[in-house]
Amino acid sequence: MTNILLTGVGGQGTILTTKILSAALVKLGYDVKMSEIHGMSQRGGTVNTQLRYGEKVYAPNISQGEADLIVAFEKVEALRALPYLKKGGTIVMDDREIYSMPVLIGAQEYPHNAVELLKETADSVIVIPASRIAEELGNIKVQNICLLGALAGTLELNGVDWNAIIAENVPAKTVSLNQEAFKRGRESALSV
Amino acid sequence: MEKILMSGDEAIARGAWEAGVCVASAYPGTPSTEILENMAQYKDDLYCSWSNNEKTATEIAFGASLGGVRAMVSMKHVGMNVAADPIFTAAYTGVNGGLVIVSADDPGCYSSQNEQDNRLYALHARLGMLEPSDSQECLEYTKAAFELSEKFDLPMMIRVTTRVCHSKSVVQTGQRNEIKPLPYVSNPEKYAMLPANARVRHVQVEKNLEALKDYAETCALNKTIYNEGDIGIICSGICYMHAREAFGDSASYLKLAVTHPLPDKLIKAFCSKVKTVYIIEEGEPYLENAIKALGIECSGKNRLGPQGELDAQRIRAAFGLGEPPEIYPQPAQAPARPPVLCAGCPHRGFYFAMQKHKDSIVAIGDIGCYSLGVSAPFFGFEACICMGSGFSIPIGLSIALKRQGDKRKVIGILGDSTFYHSGFNSLVDAVHQMADVCLVILDNSITAMTGHQVNSGVERDLMGREVPVIPLEGMVMSAGLDKDRVRIVDPIDQQAMNAAIEAAVSTQGTFVIISRRPCALLKEEIRLRAGRHCEIDRELCRGCKACTKTACPSLAFEGKKAYIADAANCTGCGLCLQMCRFGAIKTVGG
Repeated sequence: MTNILLTGVGGQGTILTTKILSAALVKLGYDVKMSEIHGMSQRGGTVNTQLRYGEKVYAPNISQGEADLIVAFEKVEALRALPYLKKGGTIVMDDREIYSMPVLIGAQEYPHNAVELLKETADSVIVIPASRIAEELGNIKVQNICLLGALAGTLELNGVDWNAIIAENVPAKTVSLNQEAFKRGRESALSV
Repeated sequence: MEKILMSGDEAIARGAWEAGVCVASAYPGTPSTEILENMAQYKDDLYCSWSNNEKTATEIAFGASLGGVRAMVSMKHVGMNVAADPIFTAAYTGVNGGLVIVSADDPGCYSSQNEQDNRLYALHARLGMLEPSDSQECLEYTKAAFELSEKFDLPMMIRVTTRVCHSKSVVQTGQRNEIKPLPYVSNPEKYAMLPANARVRHVQVEKNLEALKDYAETCALNKTIYNEGDIGIICSGICYMHAREAFGDSASYLKLAVTHPLPDKLIKAFCSKVKTVYIIEEGEPYLENAIKALGIECSGKNRLGPQGELDAQRIRAAFGLGEPPEIYPQPAQAPARPPVLCAGCPHRGFYFAMQKHKDSIVAIGDIGCYSLGVSAPFFGFEACICMGSGFSIPIGLSIALKRQGDKRKVIGILGDSTFYHSGFNSLVDAVHQMADVCLVILDNSITAMTGHQVNSGVERDLMGREVPVIPLEGMVMSAGLDKDRVRIVDPIDQQAMNAAIEAAVSTQGTFVIISRRPCALLKEEIRLRAGRHCEIDRELCRGCKACTKTACPSLAFEGKKAYIADAANCTGCGLCLQMCRFGAIKTVGG
């Protein structure tokens, strides 16, 4: 059984990423369950999705200390999700910063050194500059698929036609862009 | 058939379609919304439409069932309170075409005002009830529910929870079974619930439930799994998955699909084969009380409590199944990320204007995106309990405040969809009772909170038909208010909004403000403003922070200057621009 937690900010595309990942895992023959809590997500709150795969999955959600892998789309969200990481598990994260309202109005401080803090604490932290890669490619929105590529690289999820699954799940006009983002993300993870 | 991943909500919609459902209705509410949204893909085979509230939605489905076709209504748990009136009597009349009522409960209050356990409704309203635990069961149980509804002449309730609705799992789908409508035959003794008929039908409904109970004793939907060991667990719905995760093969399981009426003999037989019986359920001790009433010693609620959502770890902790896994210590506090009103949200303009009148008003809110105005920095209103109450609580509150010489004006706030839902009834009460209140409709032209469902103010319906718009101002005026007591204002226009609130506060009697501007996330709005956003001239900015008081997520402050941190999401609405005394902000593009 492998447990993955994806976390980001509303609008970053965590739910679509999880959807594509689950489709690939089903094609690889796994039993898959994915759980998401949305409702307030469009309004700038934290969005978490949880995905479990293996031979047979019962509960769709995981508890603290159970995630083999955390994929964080934003720095502070990686920090927030840390209690979910299994001892010895891996964090794949973007170093992007998105300021929440308490930070914007100066009521709370943003920990700019979150990556360093996480590296000191957890055993395996892989930083992927997914936002920068996405901007280089011309569309910040493909940050999510770039991170998906990094995830696929980290977990060595081979034997499935990722490009075809991406094409089935993203708008027609952005297929090749997303495929490129996936490739760049995977390469980044493999080169770590 | 291909195996695909589906959420519980999608699978319920799929199951209803496969079962040949002809009419589906609902009022949006998390976590049930996607059920009806997913019916729209089958619109060539069926009729599906959003109703103005759960009661009318239920009555529309009931009417379709009466007319001989299969019908389904879906709602969130609190929606069932609104629909309770028709539901309680629909059990007495029974059905013609199969009638399925879906209740999506929300243990843990992920997006609800309470955690009520609607299994108690099935018991109380005398409905049959099925509880699926994953998406495959959502599909299968929905199909079964239509069969059972017709076979036992009972409305059937499908009870799901957030974790079932919003989890995706592998589903094997089937094809649609087109059902020939049953003839509509006039039968007032069965369907006209006057006292003389209702007394007779009450006897019948109990017989129908007895027959369903007999069926439940042996039906294949209820499952028993025996393992080694003394412990037997009885559970239903998602709790089976959590229990199975926590106890694994160290316990035996009775997984109940039919949870009203309960199969007593099956439960007794299971309990006789194990030494210790645990009941694992979220919410109320619904199963536990019923099983204890059978004279069986069992427990569970004493360890799990009635609050919140269960998960495997909570069950492990409650039953002493090993230590929780070790976790990494937090090296720093992550700043909070509460949901906020979006950049360009029209509600921000209203709340910003209203807070200037704080000392002379008391505000009451309602259920919707605008509920976010309750917290920092607006602290816009002080109470909200349910749909529509934003217009009726003020009537009573204003009387109470007057009694003790409190001169503050009571303001009631609700959205366009909430006004159509039940706010209009409250407005009529206010006008008729000559209430001294100001009632505000935050009209953003859509049901925004649940993800942009159309309502009676929108010219297209769920099936894409062009439909008549029911104008809000027409409804307001029809209640008999004078023209000078009704204002329609763009909430971003602070001068106009301030003037309207001032007029409302200083006018004795009922006053209505329609705060009108479409939701900034509507596709049409995004298209219209493409490229438009605000810019702040760093030279002109004096760092007074007046603009940041609007609490717009696109605005930030650093190095003694304000700046647009997120031009991609800034809509250029111009609210911040009106705050700047130094002319540093301007709208560009679009």
